[in-house]
Amino acid sequence: MKKIVALILALALCLTCMSVFAEKAPIAQENIKVGFIFLHDEQSTYDLNFMKAIDEVAAEKGIALVKKVGVPEGQECYEAAMDLVDEGCNVIFADSFGHEPYMIQAAKEVPEVEFCHATGTRAHTEGLSNYHNAFAAIYEGRYLAGVAAGMKIKEMIDSGKITVDQAKMGYVGAFTYAEVISGYTSFYLGAKSVVPEVTMEVTFTGSWYDLSAEAEGAQKLIDNGCVLISQHADSLGAPSTCEAAGVPNVSYNGTTIEAGPNTFIVSSRINWAPYYRYVIDCLVNGTAIDADYTGTIATGSVELSDINTAVAAEGTAEAIEAAKAAFEAGTLKVFATDTYTVQGAAQDSYMADVDTDEAYTADTEVVADGYFHESEYRSAPYFDVQIDGITLLDTAF
Amino acid sequence: MSEKKREPLLHVSKRASLPWYAVWGIRLAAVALALVLCAIVSILVTGENPLQIFSTIISGAFGTSRKVWMTLQNTAILLCISLAVTPAFRMRFWNVGGEGQALMGCLASAACMILLRGTMPNWLLIACMLLASLLAGGIWGAIPAFFKAKWNTNETLFTLMMNYIATQLVAYFVILWEVPKGAGKIGIINQQTEIGWLPVVGGQKYMLNVIIVSVLVLLMFFYLNYSKHGFEISVVGESERTAHYVGIKVDRVIIRTMILSGAVCGLAGFLLVGGTEHTMTTTIVAGRGFTAVMVSWLAKFNPIWMIVTSMLLVVLERGAGQIATNFGLSSSFADILTGIILFFIIGSEFFIFYKISFHHSDAKEAIARG
Repeated sequence: MKKIVALILALALCLTCMSVFAEKAPIAQENIKVGFIFLHDEQSTYDLNFMKAIDEVAAEKGIALVKKVGVPEGQECYEAAMDLVDEGCNVIFADSFGHEPYMIQAAKEVPEVEFCHATGTRAHTEGLSNYHNAFAAIYEGRYLAGVAAGMKIKEMIDSGKITVDQAKMGYVGAFTYAEVISGYTSFYLGAKSVVPEVTMEVTFTGSWYDLSAEAEGAQKLIDNGCVLISQHADSLGAPSTCEAAGVPNVSYNGTTIEAGPNTFIVSSRINWAPYYRYVIDCLVNGTAIDADYTGTIATGSVELSDINTAVAAEGTAEAIEAAKAAFEAGTLKVFATDTYTVQGAAQDSYMADVDTDEAYTADTEVVADGYFHESEYRSAPYFDVQIDGITLLDTAF
Repeated sequence: MSEKKREPLLHVSKRASLPWYAVWGIRLAAVALALVLCAIVSILVTGENPLQIFSTIISGAFGTSRKVWMTLQNTAILLCISLAVTPAFRMRFWNVGGEGQALMGCLASAACMILLRGTMPNWLLIACMLLASLLAGGIWGAIPAFFKAKWNTNETLFTLMMNYIATQLVAYFVILWEVPKGAGKIGIINQQTEIGWLPVVGGQKYMLNVIIVSVLVLLMFFYLNYSKHGFEISVVGESERTAHYVGIKVDRVIIRTMILSGAVCGLAGFLLVGGTEHTMTTTIVAGRGFTAVMVSWLAKFNPIWMIVTSMLLVVLERGAGQIATNFGLSSSFADILTGIILFFIIGSEFFIFYKISFHHSDAKEAIARG
């Protein structure tokens, strides 16, 4: 009985919240001031990717922009957010996962300002009308980049440079976090769609930006016999190491061709500009911003850089285009359960931790209709399954 | 022949102690010079009017009531750690382990918030956090003191190394308690329930920390200047032999003082985690354990003066951060400005203890004086 009453009360609360906040007062475009909190500065490929997008949209819409760079994932983020509130920002963005709790704290205290946090997981459960998460179906972009990697490995096998047994890729990840796992698995599945025998080794650095750790990780993988490297960490450590060793590299966050003119193949990235346009339009029109926004290939949020034809295998562009068309037609799913196995068995059910909690409770069934429904129940990835063919060298982080 | 020998142009000599106004005059001149250099650097980089840069420093620290409170909060924590290291310094025990001792306090508080939540009333949990933090900090201070007292190990190196151990311990527990899995971050602890959060006093969430540290300033002032312990610390600092001679148990004073030093650092950790940040990261103390050395030293180990020196450093740091934001510079620029300022402040100490004279006239004077 108590539970039912509590449930009804909670529902009533949600409904009143929604009715109160569904419509917000429109803000004239020239009065909009955007605050942006960056984890690092433009030295980080990850932050640079956000910076370019917000600069582009701010210039295009003629709105004021205040940037705070080098804001750690701690109380400093809350302080930076409140500083931006004091400076009169109507909407505040933050770009790093660890900023989330501090953005929520600020959002609770300042209900009249919108807080939009990229890569976070809690907007859909927090029940705040002014706090929002955004991400993109980057696993599809990673898959396409993986196709390019597969094409390159196929070329190496066909030319006799390596045998099929030696078709091993390496991947430098930051943390053993779902976003990274989803990323490397989709990359692997993309390559596997071209070379079914391919395997992959993954190492973790324990930091989103650590030049020397990423370089060491890449070197370790190369020494282990990996013939192609990709990464999900934000410095130029891995691309530079690949260039020095002459090992092909598939990048992330945008082209790294300057660091690796002879080894860079292609890079996937999230283009955040469509999201920023969407948020600004919501403010101008006085409409509510979605709690979760997942950009797609169709919205222009998932992009590949130009292919470095000097390194990429012949036919790479065509193979990518074919896969991209299949995604848009809905005939291709990255995590189709007939393309991978977990401990030798097909995956026909998986409970994922979609609603973030301290106990990591697996709360939502995400496998249905023959594929793992990534980024559908919230924008941030929750694919955290260890599939066969991928070996984790260390899981300390 | 001796006349042809080239003598150095400058002559450095130790000077007799200066009156307090001259000492502070030199320090203020150093700050002024530092600000001038900062202005020059900023103008070269930004092309802005220097007055605007100085007003940005002030507005960065005091521009809004929220900024004033943040400045006060940052000052309170820095001051707390500075007060903590001071008794050890007075006894010439160079405790550069404030960072690690405070970090252990943070770890203890966070552990209580995570492991004991839901098992006891909030006031009891907060009491546990406080006790655990004092204990953790105290132990972290006692270990190097014990080795110093027993085997005369080098306390500077020992306390420094203890910082790294504390950082790695915290790193380990961050991974253990991370949310969500794999993220490598704890996030805000008990954000929904606010279990283990210190109560908000007077509607201002930074108020409690400021009050506690203000009381601590007075307590430390009286402890150091008017208590038997304080006297013993001073005697040991002056000369261990004298202390032995007058019957002070030096070993005991060293260990007791370092437990106190560490425990007050632990208190700072408790105030950080329970009072304002409600999280734990390896960088939560943010180098204050080292800045505290400077705060304490500049104030000549006087708790009352430390209010001034700690606030000075915090204001400069927050102001430099505001310059970087307002003029669209990277965060490294703020570090450059803070670096220049600290360089001048530390450098000014040299001119307080030594005087520089051009040898020629000086030598003549010396001869004249006979």
